[in-house]
Amino acid sequence: MRFSEQWLREWVNPNVATEALVSTLTMAGLEVDSVEPAAASFDQVVVGKVLATKPHPNAKKLTLCEVSIGNDGPLQIVCGAKNVRSDLLVAVALEGAVLPNGLTIKAAEIRGEPSSGMLCAESELGMSEDASDGIMELSADAPVGSSFRDYMMLDDQVIDVDLTPNRGDCCSILGIAREVGTLTKTDLLSHDAREIPPSNQLTVDVQIQAPDACPRYVSRVISDVDTSKASPVWMQERLRRSGIRSIDLVVDITNYVMLELGQPMHAFDLDCVDQFIKVRFAEEAETLTLLDGSEIKLSADSLVIADDRAPLALAGIMGGERSGVTAGKTQSILLESCYFDPIMIAGKARRYGLQTDSSFRFERGVDFELQKRAIERATALVLEFGGGQAGPVQDIQQAATVPTLPVISLRSAKVSSVLGFDIDAVTIKDILERLGFQVNEVSQGWEVEASSYRFDVRNEVDLIEELGRVFGYDNIPMSTSISSSQESLVSIESTEPVSMARINANLIANGFYEVINYSFVEPSLEQALNPAGQPVMLSNPLSADLSAMRTSIWSGLIKTAQHNVNRQQTRLRIFESGLVFVRPPSSNNDQESEVGLDQTARLAGLMAGAVQPEAWCNEARMVDFFDVKGVVESLLSMEEKSGVIRFESAEHPALHPGQSAQIVLDTGDDACSSVGWVGALHPILEKKLGFSGKVGGKIYLFDLSLNTVRYGKLPGFKALSKFPEVSRDLAFIVDSDLPSSRLIQEIERLGGEWLVDNTIFDLFSGESIGQGKKSIGVRLTLQEPDRTLKDQEVNQWLNDIVDGLKASFNVILRE
Amino acid sequence: MKDLLDLVAEAEKAIDETDSLAGLDAIRVDYLGKKGKFTAILKQVGSLDPAERPKAGAEINKVKQSVAAKINDQREKLEEDLLQAQLASETVDVSLPGRGVGRGHLHPVTSTIQRIESFFSARGFSTAEGPEIEDDYHNFEALNIPEHHPARAMHDTFYVDYGRQKEKHAQTGTTLNYLLRTHTSPVQIRAMEKQTPPLAVICPGRVYRCDSDLTHTPMFHQVEGLYVAEKANFAELKGLLTEFLQYFFEKSLDVRFRPSYFPFTEPSAEVDVQCVHCNGSGCRVCKQTGWLEVLGCGMVNPKVFEYCKVDTDRFTGFAFGLGVERFAMLRYGVNDLRLFFENDFKFLQQF
Repeated sequence: MRFSEQWLREWVNPNVATEALVSTLTMAGLEVDSVEPAAASFDQVVVGKVLATKPHPNAKKLTLCEVSIGNDGPLQIVCGAKNVRSDLLVAVALEGAVLPNGLTIKAAEIRGEPSSGMLCAESELGMSEDASDGIMELSADAPVGSSFRDYMMLDDQVIDVDLTPNRGDCCSILGIAREVGTLTKTDLLSHDAREIPPSNQLTVDVQIQAPDACPRYVSRVISDVDTSKASPVWMQERLRRSGIRSIDLVVDITNYVMLELGQPMHAFDLDCVDQFIKVRFAEEAETLTLLDGSEIKLSADSLVIADDRAPLALAGIMGGERSGVTAGKTQSILLESCYFDPIMIAGKARRYGLQTDSSFRFERGVDFELQKRAIERATALVLEFGGGQAGPVQDIQQAATVPTLPVISLRSAKVSSVLGFDIDAVTIKDILERLGFQVNEVSQGWEVEASSYRFDVRNEVDLIEELGRVFGYDNIPMSTSISSSQESLVSIESTEPVSMARINANLIANGFYEVINYSFVEPSLEQALNPAGQPVMLSNPLSADLSAMRTSIWSGLIKTAQHNVNRQQTRLRIFESGLVFVRPPSSNNDQESEVGLDQTARLAGLMAGAVQPEAWCNEARMVDFFDVKGVVESLLSMEEKSGVIRFESAEHPALHPGQSAQIVLDTGDDACSSVGWVGALHPILEKKLGFSGKVGGKIYLFDLSLNTVRYGKLPGFKALSKFPEVSRDLAFIVDSDLPSSRLIQEIERLGGEWLVDNTIFDLFSGESIGQGKKSIGVRLTLQEPDRTLKDQEVNQWLNDIVDGLKASFNVILRE
Repeated sequence: MKDLLDLVAEAEKAIDETDSLAGLDAIRVDYLGKKGKFTAILKQVGSLDPAERPKAGAEINKVKQSVAAKINDQREKLEEDLLQAQLASETVDVSLPGRGVGRGHLHPVTSTIQRIESFFSARGFSTAEGPEIEDDYHNFEALNIPEHHPARAMHDTFYVDYGRQKEKHAQTGTTLNYLLRTHTSPVQIRAMEKQTPPLAVICPGRVYRCDSDLTHTPMFHQVEGLYVAEKANFAELKGLLTEFLQYFFEKSLDVRFRPSYFPFTEPSAEVDVQCVHCNGSGCRVCKQTGWLEVLGCGMVNPKVFEYCKVDTDRFTGFAFGLGVERFAMLRYGVNDLRLFFENDFKFLQQF
């Protein structure tokens, strides 16, 4: 809501300066967005009258004007505007005037003719943004010779208040004035609110077919109006300062009354209304051409104002073209002032792509007792500036649906418990009465009836909010009891997971950058990485490349990698954590499938380029599978797992078939679950996604269930052995396709309790050991908890292991 | 005794001329050893007149000691030379960069969330999480934002339709639509559904709005806070958030609470902090107002409690919400919101 401060002060005039006034509004919840002067600074501009014009002898497009500015003799001024003509009242910038755009007016010769001043356009005076193509035309009664600033009352501020949706009552000068009155304890100034007696009996038959949606319909006919007249300059100026363009007398008046009192109004050209007015719901697919020329197709839940033939207006939102007032042509008008149920209007304007001053107010609610006052005010203005004969006011109310005011119980104890502070009873009563509420004292509190314009106040907590607000949030003291609270607060999480902070720290220490990508991604990238996934699609995406909800984090990581590779980055280490969105199998009743989707948290990363940053001392080797696996292992070892983690060779559509592993958590009893993937980006995708040749080496990816990383089991303490450890190295020749993990698993099985550690310390293949073979060197560490092992026992134990391995895998022990 | 003096001169010369510890040791053996030259002279003392023996013996021993001292001096000198040579050969340029894998970087949004979490966890708040594809019951209705409420229009909502049969909410009977949560406030509802008060949670996370321009990204982060107890009140809310803002910005900034409106809280307030950039004197960051709007908050609306079946006679509560990117921008002086989601390494490595 933008409005002129002068206008507000005609309604309430507290003894405070603009700055204090604005701060009072802001601190009471009417946030002032801006305060701007109604016009930029300038002076030496006066009202002038063009006495005569003649063409400039040397320039086709210029006119020589003889302009009177009152006492002194007329000035000759050269003007280039097309609309300059005799008898026009204009704004004249005199010699020495400095205009807002920095222009200084000097006496000059223009193409050989003297010119002592300038006739101004609105934009030149900083009163309009757009440079219109003519000079400003003042009304015929403007006092020639007087200061233009004074005449236009330009020494004014435009205040812009950002209203919250609950304060529909403040969408008017009257509403803001009431608020200011309450806050500054200032009485409202009285205003002409007389009723205009009818001078004829003309009415239009109004039929309400939707009584729930339209509880009150007030109308009045005014005939013989001179609609060709322009609205007065002060009215146009006030509209301008509220951001509304002047259209014509009747429309300006309805807008003016809306701004002044908060009641949106509409005026129909009575001659275009066929027989009667009917307030009804639209028929499905009925069409209506609006005032702005656009045609809309109505849906059956839209309320319309219709006549015998068709809809005339979209109720509460915008009038129709057919029945609109045409300046100069329209002779009789039908004024409409309604109360619509906010729910019937809400959302409709948006649906049709319309947002009007009227719908803005009706959606938020309008004082349901205001309609008659508004129509009287509009009538007075029409009669004053356009003349005509007013008919009687026709006020149709639906007793059953007009809102009523509830009586609200306010307990003083509740006030204290919500605010955490006692406001004394006298102050409470005073605040409520200043708000215009009816207050009755009862035992332990009050019974309060709000006013019709504070329709948002419906219950006790609404009243408490009003008390806090008017009393001033700043005047409520602070309490810091929570910081020292002894109250035991139960944690939502029952187990203690690894914190995200530790996981992040681990990756950062490994040189990873955290990235955050949008959760919606390009469907084709999603498809390329996960052809079987059917991503959830947004119904209304911002753009096609942001339309699929990610089924894995890889798509975002690939995008980040592309962005940075295209900016000459060759070493990539990035990670991201967050939810991915997967349709579960229909049988899944997982707890995590809130709203029917698996929204599981994942932790994923991408690595490529040199294993160490380039430096004089660092290895120039490129990242390989085992570097990534090392990172994954380090993540999975942050918490002791409730089972064994295995990396099993497996194929994934996005990964290199020879360098990919599914990560499995084996909790025994054949219960295995996949907890992630690690591998090299498939060479075909690498090429397709534009990475070829841009980073040395392959691009590696990992993806883990975040819960697997975060949650584990409480580690159990094992007593330490006091007896010495023994190490033995063994080297085996095995088939080269035997996964080393299988060999190790078998060694662990055969080794039993004595085996406390094992390490692959060597891996070798070559002609000396034969084609299709590899040599694996394993260091076994053994220890007996209760005694020192004897050499003989150790050797026997080793022999048993070797025999066992020979039986399982046909290994050859290298001597 | 002339022989003795010659021998001393000879020994001293040999000591001076040697340049190795081995040579020096050979000299020691040669002159002072059991079969050494001075020992040989000492042995001749026995053949002297007994009256002269003590004097001659003392003379020889004195000379021997002086030679031994000289050898020691030379040894120390040679050892020092050797040490210096070793040190010189092993010296490196300590100004060269060290080895390492390179430092990684946490996204500034995450660091900001962690900073916020650390404040609230120290005050007994735990962290709660919720789904990002939400239903409109939790995102709107249970937060007292009914279908046609103007506040819904302020949230430009992304909707999803993934073929799931639309359910009706058990309590309200309304048909559920699925959407990307527009704020973290639905986690309040889910927290109250899961757990009975007292309750103190914060809920950080991603939120989505169908809006993208210079100052809006379609995804951003919020932190929601909820405190429900028998004596939660507005004065405490003021105290907690004031303390939080001063902690977060590490300055004793003025904080003001302005009445505002959110459907799920009443009374509601917007919280302004004195501009962290100019300390309130007015600058570009605060648009010359001296204040920055950073938080929304209020007392939980009893209607929300009714949806969550919280006893409104026994409990009161307060809630607050903030935009993480705004806090990150103010703390780090980032001037373009969109940088957060470009993930350019040159940006990320500054944090």
